Amino acid sequence: MSTDRAGAKRRANAFSHVAKASWGKGVGTLWRITRLNLRHPWQVTACIVSTFIAATLQLFIPRLLGRAVDEAQGILGAGSAAAESALWSTAMLLLGLSIARGIFTLTQNYYSESVGHNAAYELRLATYEKLQQLSFSFHDRMHSGDLITLGILDIEGVRMFFATGLVRMVLLAVLIGVGAYLLLSTDLVLGLLSLSFVPFVGWRSSVVQLKLRATWLELQDRLTVMSRVMDENLGGIRVVRAFAAQEHELAKFDKASLSALELAHERVDLRVTSTSAMNFSFFLAMGLVLWFGGLKVTSGEITVGTLAAFLTFMTILQMPVRQLGLMVNSFARASTCGIRLFNLLDLELAVKDKPGAPEIKVSDGTLRFDHVSFRYPGTTRDVLKDVSFSAKRGETIAFVGPPGSGKSTLVHLIPRYYDVSSGAITIDGQNVAEVALDSLRRQVAVVQQDSFLFTTTIENNIAYGNPWAKEGRIERAAESAQLHNYVAGLPAGYGTIVGERGVSLSGGQRQRLTIARSLVLKPAVMVFDDSTAAIDAATEQRIRMAMRRYAEGRVTIIISHRLSSLMHADQILFIEDGRIVEGGSHLELLARGGRYRALYDLQVRPDTDAPAMAGE
Amino acid sequence: MATAEDIELEEEDRSRRPSKAVVGSHREEEEVFGKAYDPRIVRRIWSFVDPYRSKIAISVAAVLAFTLTQLAIPLIIRFAIDNGMAKGSDGSVLMWCMAAFGVVILVNYGASYLQESVVGKVAEHVLFDMRRAMMARLQKVSLSFMDKTEVGRLMSRLQGDVNSMQEFLETSVMSVGDIVLLFGIVVTLLFLDVRLGLLTLATMPTLLVIRFFWLPPAKRSFMAAHETNSIANGALAEGINGVRTVQSLNRQRVNFDLYAEKSHANLRSHLRAAKFAQVTVPIVDTLTGISMATVVVVGGQMVLNHTLGLGVMVAFLFYIQRFFDPIRSLTMQYSVMQRAMASGQRISEVLDVPIAITDRPDAVTLGPDMDGSVEFRHVTFGYRPNQPVLKDVSFKVNPGETVALVGPTGSGKTSSMALIHRFYDVWQGEVLVGGHDVRDATQDSLGHSIAMVLQEPFLFTGTVIENIRYARTGASFEDVVQAATAVGAHEFIMQLPEGYDTKLEQRGGNLSLGQRQLLSFARALVADAKILVLDEATASIDSYTELQIQKALAVLLKGRTGLVIAHRLATIRNADRILVLQNGVLIESGNHEQLMQQGGLYSKLYNMNYASFDDIPEDAIPQAGVGTAT
Repeated sequence: MSTDRAGAKRRANAFSHVAKASWGKGVGTLWRITRLNLRHPWQVTACIVSTFIAATLQLFIPRLLGRAVDEAQGILGAGSAAAESALWSTAMLLLGLSIARGIFTLTQNYYSESVGHNAAYELRLATYEKLQQLSFSFHDRMHSGDLITLGILDIEGVRMFFATGLVRMVLLAVLIGVGAYLLLSTDLVLGLLSLSFVPFVGWRSSVVQLKLRATWLELQDRLTVMSRVMDENLGGIRVVRAFAAQEHELAKFDKASLSALELAHERVDLRVTSTSAMNFSFFLAMGLVLWFGGLKVTSGEITVGTLAAFLTFMTILQMPVRQLGLMVNSFARASTCGIRLFNLLDLELAVKDKPGAPEIKVSDGTLRFDHVSFRYPGTTRDVLKDVSFSAKRGETIAFVGPPGSGKSTLVHLIPRYYDVSSGAITIDGQNVAEVALDSLRRQVAVVQQDSFLFTTTIENNIAYGNPWAKEGRIERAAESAQLHNYVAGLPAGYGTIVGERGVSLSGGQRQRLTIARSLVLKPAVMVFDDSTAAIDAATEQRIRMAMRRYAEGRVTIIISHRLSSLMHADQILFIEDGRIVEGGSHLELLARGGRYRALYDLQVRPDTDAPAMAGE
Repeated sequence: MATAEDIELEEEDRSRRPSKAVVGSHREEEEVFGKAYDPRIVRRIWSFVDPYRSKIAISVAAVLAFTLTQLAIPLIIRFAIDNGMAKGSDGSVLMWCMAAFGVVILVNYGASYLQESVVGKVAEHVLFDMRRAMMARLQKVSLSFMDKTEVGRLMSRLQGDVNSMQEFLETSVMSVGDIVLLFGIVVTLLFLDVRLGLLTLATMPTLLVIRFFWLPPAKRSFMAAHETNSIANGALAEGINGVRTVQSLNRQRVNFDLYAEKSHANLRSHLRAAKFAQVTVPIVDTLTGISMATVVVVGGQMVLNHTLGLGVMVAFLFYIQRFFDPIRSLTMQYSVMQRAMASGQRISEVLDVPIAITDRPDAVTLGPDMDGSVEFRHVTFGYRPNQPVLKDVSFKVNPGETVALVGPTGSGKTSSMALIHRFYDVWQGEVLVGGHDVRDATQDSLGHSIAMVLQEPFLFTGTVIENIRYARTGASFEDVVQAATAVGAHEFIMQLPEGYDTKLEQRGGNLSLGQRQLLSFARALVADAKILVLDEATASIDSYTELQIQKALAVLLKGRTGLVIAHRLATIRNADRILVLQNGVLIESGNHEQLMQQGGLYSKLYNMNYASFDDIPEDAIPQAGVGTAT
């Protein structure tokens, strides 16, 4: 429990170093995302080429329309028959161009989605694997909610980069670049006027999109606060009713909800002000083109067709230019998301295999702690100090001591959830730090006090650590853990789903399931970390009887507050402040009259829980 | 039958994939699409929009004005070309056109601002109001509804469903604009030239037909992508939340393979959805091309023959650019509507949950002079018809007395406790608090007369002090410290980083169970109610904390009427009186010595040495040899 608290403190600013982004780092990250996209070179090529072609084709449509307008006036051809056939060929060209543009837009869009999704798929797998491998010290530090956000939203941000960032950039470059060339080479003044809205709209939409993004993040925070208020209110409805606190709760909710509403309104203003301004600037430019173009037509400088071409050019450019902001936003989002994501993926594993580490070989099954000291990474206090003991196969060792004395920490070192700071832990003479982690963990099973149950069947939960286990083995494990009768009585038996959407288990049942889960494994060392706290003494005794069979072939370690759970152990070690202060059998320790004796007296004082102990 | 040793020794074939292993769980989505139009639900939604109807009217007017300006611009261009740009014209017509253009774009500017800003804000307001109404309702609905309903489901109504209503409102107003635009374009084209108009418009029904066939399978593919996405995300979340268990049970490899499969399914369904989304692009482009070609050939010839103005041809070309937008967004709007109906249905369900328990108009307020007695008179009660969990239970707890309720799981202890607070109404008989039937007292004053401590100490996100004064927000800092000191929580609170101002993580995750328990005691103490109802925690806590909790309990019960669902023998033996329940029937009553002498269920259970009466296995109870004592 003390580790929980220490973890909470460390967690508080866990992301601060991760979230800081320099300009250089941002660019580096975008390049790294691009390289990730380039792992699908053919799709990327198909996409970029299609984008070029589609954009160029689109730019020729206004010219053709302009030509058609002029042809219709009969000013290009000599006779009406010639004009007619000119119209026909222009029309066919237009149709062909449109179809081709449609097809290339399709491939552009499809492949840009495909490249993004493929990159996201690869990142998802990498993130999942990394999160599975990262050691306990990392997960102590991180909030699980933040990690889930990272695995969902940050990957999404990176995924969108190709389509909404890179491809759009190419598209805009072609449309504005080639478009400007075509316009300016046709008529400098009109060209400048037609393009006059581009800088304003591009700048405006970029600024607004960045602001919208910042306020969006803020809005998400406020919504999170609000949904936490709702979630706690509904989850704790009995407490709310018990204290007649409905009004208080609604006031809390109103405050949270109102703050979200206010920001949402601000965002509406921000968005709408800019959209209408962008629209206006576009139409203003259009008006100017119409006016000056009209004067030029009147004076015979240009044809109506040319004017029409300019005007349609503008309508084609309008949408993409407004999307410039989205592109800028995509760059900003991808770089912050990418930095967080790559920081995670680049983390060194605190606990990992040494190169060429051999599999552990269990022969006698002797576990030995040799002057082990430990402190949590990033802290200065030793949680364990110079701990030494050893246990042979078939032996049971028990740890007892006040809360926070280091009992749980001690057993977490055996399967290398953390690495020792000094000293060594060996199994049959092999240092646990020197052998393959995977093989080590197969040999050490730790039954936690509050273990995670998965939302799946009881059978799958019991077989979680050994999904290959045969049904008979699963049932026997459940029997030994005194869970079988309960499960057999359920309508769906072992196929019953547990959790919010299935049966809800009591604390004792959960712990029995957790014990059963460890019994389908075949470890050399089995640890029960206060794993019977919610099980009554009599049931626990029955479990203990059933467990004798499993205990024969291995070292069993028990941590418990309840002395009746551990007084039968071969060795009882009393831990205080990270040190073993007493050791021996139950009777030896009672005779010694030390701390163990004091605890015993506390628990079996006749006016408290005496009858519970009498059965022992 | 295999022996234990066989099973222990047998080797599993680990080369094959485990057949039943899974990662992640998937909650079936609730019905996403409803009927596109359901008058009952629309009326219900309208009741939320109604307060804003003048604003809605403004924005609809703005939408109309905006749409008209969009229609007007090509017409002005047409007029300018046909009448203002003839060679040698003096430019006055062009000037007038430009003036008209200026007016139109100013109107456009104002209208576009108004329509989006007003409707956007109204939609946010409606969302806010709906959520508020649902929360307020949920504070009043009977607990039997809450018992049956998953918090997760309710949350998705409060968030997801409300959001789709908001989307619906916003797009509804916009689609008014789309419809007007569509009709506007049709009418304008036909007005400009009937023949050319008809020819050009011929492509429009084609698109409608194509969209009609395209929409259902496309929607299915979008839904599939959405679903595989939430499946993969669920598996990821599970992997993160359960990472310690995954690592200690060495499941990483199996899980990775299973996750990879789900992720790949997600990739495939997204690519399929992308195909569906993009396939209409070349169709729309082709149809646009056909329309443009028609205008060029047919319109061009008409211009050549001087039966059509050149400006009209240009205007046609402009309209064609905007032609298909309204059709596209209207077909999309159809899906939004269906989704909104399904959401509206679910929101109405929450808003219509009956409030089973209400104050009588002449309900009395239990004041400080209430004596604090609790009495059950022939109470029968249950959750499901014909399955009573309490049968004809009668007892009285005198002011200041502490009574322990004991009995095996399912004997009706927790239900009795809930009835005192009137979480539910009895079927028969009556429950009296301070001599008043709880149905005659106001719920609020009942809440202030009874302090409750639940088995699972539920804490709220917030500081320690906020949690302790939860029941009485007006309590002073001194009161809080006093209460915390009395229950022995002061010491550990002062050791927290910021003492009483330390923020508790979600549900007090940064405290131990024993500490949370003590905080919930302090909270009950601050409430300072005449009656204390307490459900003792079952989990065993280390002896040091245990001792502290026992002391705190004594402080808490001093000078109050106490009803304790007791699990610890120490608590039971310290009670003034013990009530033994079995299968909803009160079978024994008396103090420890009396009950031991009676030799009934209590003495038998007691002699079986169970630490608590609750976790006694079902099969052990009949051994106590007690039938139903009626």
